Amino acid sequence: MSDSHAHSAGSYYVPSHSHYPFTLALGLFALALGFIFNMNGKVPGWAMLPGTAVILYVVCGWFGDVIRENRSGTFKGWEDRAFRLGMLYFIGSEVMFFAAFFGALFYVRNLAVPDLLSFDLLYPTFEGSWPLAGKGPSTDIPAFTPMGAWGLPALNTALLLTSGVTVTIAHWALLRDNRTWLILGLAATVLLGAAFMVCQGIEYHHAYTELGLTLGSGVYGASFFMLTGFHGLHVTIGAIILAVVLGRALRGHFSSKDHFAFEAAAWYWHFVDVVWLGLFVFVYWL
Amino acid sequence: MSTGSAAAHDHAHHDHDAHHGPSGLARWLFTTNHKDIGTMYLMFSMIMFLIGGSLILSVRAELFQPGIQIIQPELFNQLIGLHALVMIFAALMPAATGFANWMLPLQIGAPDMALPRLNNWGFWLLPPAGTILLMPLVLYFFGIGTGGADAGWTLYPPLSTQSGWGIDFAILALHLMGISSVMGSINVVVTILNMRAPGMTMMKLPMFAWGWLMTAFLLIATIPVLAGAITMLLTDRHFGTHFFSAAGGGDPILFQHLFWFFGHPEVYILLLPIWGFIPHILETFARKPMYGYKAQVWSLVCIAALSVIVWAHHFFTAGMPVQALLYFMYSTMSISLPLAVLFFCWIATIWRGSMTFETPMLFALGFIILFGIGGLTGLVLADVAADAQYHHSYFVVAHFHYTLFAGGIMGVMAGVYYWLPKMTGHMYNEKLGKAHFWLTAISFNLTFMPQFFVGLAGMPRRIPDYALQFTEFNMISTIGAFALGLSQLIFVYNVVTTWRGKGEKASDGVWEGTKGLEWQLSSPPPHHSWDPQPVIK
Repeated sequence: MSDSHAHSAGSYYVPSHSHYPFTLALGLFALALGFIFNMNGKVPGWAMLPGTAVILYVVCGWFGDVIRENRSGTFKGWEDRAFRLGMLYFIGSEVMFFAAFFGALFYVRNLAVPDLLSFDLLYPTFEGSWPLAGKGPSTDIPAFTPMGAWGLPALNTALLLTSGVTVTIAHWALLRDNRTWLILGLAATVLLGAAFMVCQGIEYHHAYTELGLTLGSGVYGASFFMLTGFHGLHVTIGAIILAVVLGRALRGHFSSKDHFAFEAAAWYWHFVDVVWLGLFVFVYWL
Repeated sequence: MSTGSAAAHDHAHHDHDAHHGPSGLARWLFTTNHKDIGTMYLMFSMIMFLIGGSLILSVRAELFQPGIQIIQPELFNQLIGLHALVMIFAALMPAATGFANWMLPLQIGAPDMALPRLNNWGFWLLPPAGTILLMPLVLYFFGIGTGGADAGWTLYPPLSTQSGWGIDFAILALHLMGISSVMGSINVVVTILNMRAPGMTMMKLPMFAWGWLMTAFLLIATIPVLAGAITMLLTDRHFGTHFFSAAGGGDPILFQHLFWFFGHPEVYILLLPIWGFIPHILETFARKPMYGYKAQVWSLVCIAALSVIVWAHHFFTAGMPVQALLYFMYSTMSISLPLAVLFFCWIATIWRGSMTFETPMLFALGFIILFGIGGLTGLVLADVAADAQYHHSYFVVAHFHYTLFAGGIMGVMAGVYYWLPKMTGHMYNEKLGKAHFWLTAISFNLTFMPQFFVGLAGMPRRIPDYALQFTEFNMISTIGAFALGLSQLIFVYNVVTTWRGKGEKASDGVWEGTKGLEWQLSSPPPHHSWDPQPVIK
């Protein structure tokens, strides 16, 4: 860490004022209020739209500013290192977000359900075997069929693992300034991500209409949809980021020396990939 | 805000290169300058400190006598929970972030924070979050809705899954504050790792930077877990999930595990920045070099690492296997070892020093003694057998106010008095500062010392009524609390008048024994400082 002072010659780029951070906070404020009042039945769902629109506007504008600064050569190695460190720690915080849901899953399976089983006076019909399908402690929860691992989920695993390979091919090509393979690799990755999302949509539809598996299907349904749902959200975000990076690559951005945005997107994609492996093993398979 | 802006513009005359950006309100809304953002954090913190204090003074007024006089139990529940959430998330954490913004770049010789726009976003998330947190309480006074969050700051289900919409407001407010904290922490980590002046190795970092680095690591690791937990709470409330409901195979105690995985490190998140700058204050006013720099650094690292593996001592009585009880007891107690190293280093720093007792030093010494009491009573609570008696009593309330008021707020005040002349260019009123310290220290003990005794005698916390034999001590506690609250107005007056330019000019070094890069700059420092960077030998 201490040997990184080659930057001392130049001065660090401190952007002048920008309205985007403040506007983004206002957008989140509006969205949060709309969400709260909507959940409590005070306002219709479209009350969340203005906040969402402001957030989307800022995301485009703010990232647009950064891309323009990057194109005009504002960022040198020193600024680049700040971006890289920032992205790594951001992904670290995302890992901990998923750790909370995995922790909840492990706790419920290994501690809470066996505990409930030991109260045989309270829940005489409860069998306590995961995933509690139709045998939950309460009769309020309708029977459901748990999601199997070896249909669509296995295909999704293959899709995501392949996309990890294609994004690495793109990276390999970028480091050699091979633009054709960079663009092909990126396009394949975005397509594979989109295919994953379509498959997950089909799987959710299947769960709700045929298996009777919903968010309300006891703690199995809750952990299933929260873990796969937040993962799906991250796949969507990651695919959008990769699509933007692809668009920039098509316009001739990036070189083997200067491509932080590509690497950030690739790191994020690998993170989403690894989370999926955990999901496949612990949510679908075991 | 406008007065602060006007005063800051006066200081701009001293600047070698004044800022080139919008003026007036827009300067503050759109700024990317670490000093502007630090100032806004500190002002926000002070405002929320006063609000959080008023909330709890109404509670103390109710507790002056047994029986229900002023506040109905429903409102009482809202006031205690909101007091805690406001003080922790909107007063103490922003104060520490304000100091980080102001001082880290000056102390490590950096031109600014590493990610200036992200920095401003981190701040501007807080006023909306504070508004969302308090909005349902205000609406309640106008007869709208079911009131603010009324399940305590810990938001335990099943109470929180069953109570009114205030919980939703608290959850969304915590999400915004969490985003703010994680973004602020990423910025601190990147600034410290990437922006140090040439020659400043990690083992030459100011202690304040080490304290904040540990805090930032803890925030990045634990805030997302809190976010996950309160998201599950929200879906349990509105979207039919059963994470915390036994009817669907879930478990309310799961929430306690997730919450305290964040909640225990949170204590150290609040305190580590303060343990960082207290040694700077001690070495300044003892006119001796800091004792045991390396020992302190490794103690901070050890405490941060241990803090994430001890969480279940907050609910020993909720039910867990004996092996788990023993593990969490011993691991909790082991934190006292690195903490004791810190205490001995602080004492060794002032040992046989030529001390003077200006206000920052008074607060730092008061901090050592009173926070020491907080630490030692924590050791009592960490004992599983003793905790069965003490848990959920006023003993706990007294304990964590000795850590978070004496260790937290009084530590922050030591920092404010220490750095205010540097930030404003003017000396504060020393007489008022000393009066503020003595009134605070005395009325603080008057408020919370009796609570140890009523707690030991069995008075439960979070209840608006109590048995007759606790009356006298509760009266003393209430009188102390109002004295404590009123004493803080001296602080507000002193800070505001100093900020507006009353008081004599401060020199660059301000205090006689100051070391460190921030004291080599003018008071106040120029709008853009350390560009080019200094070289550390």
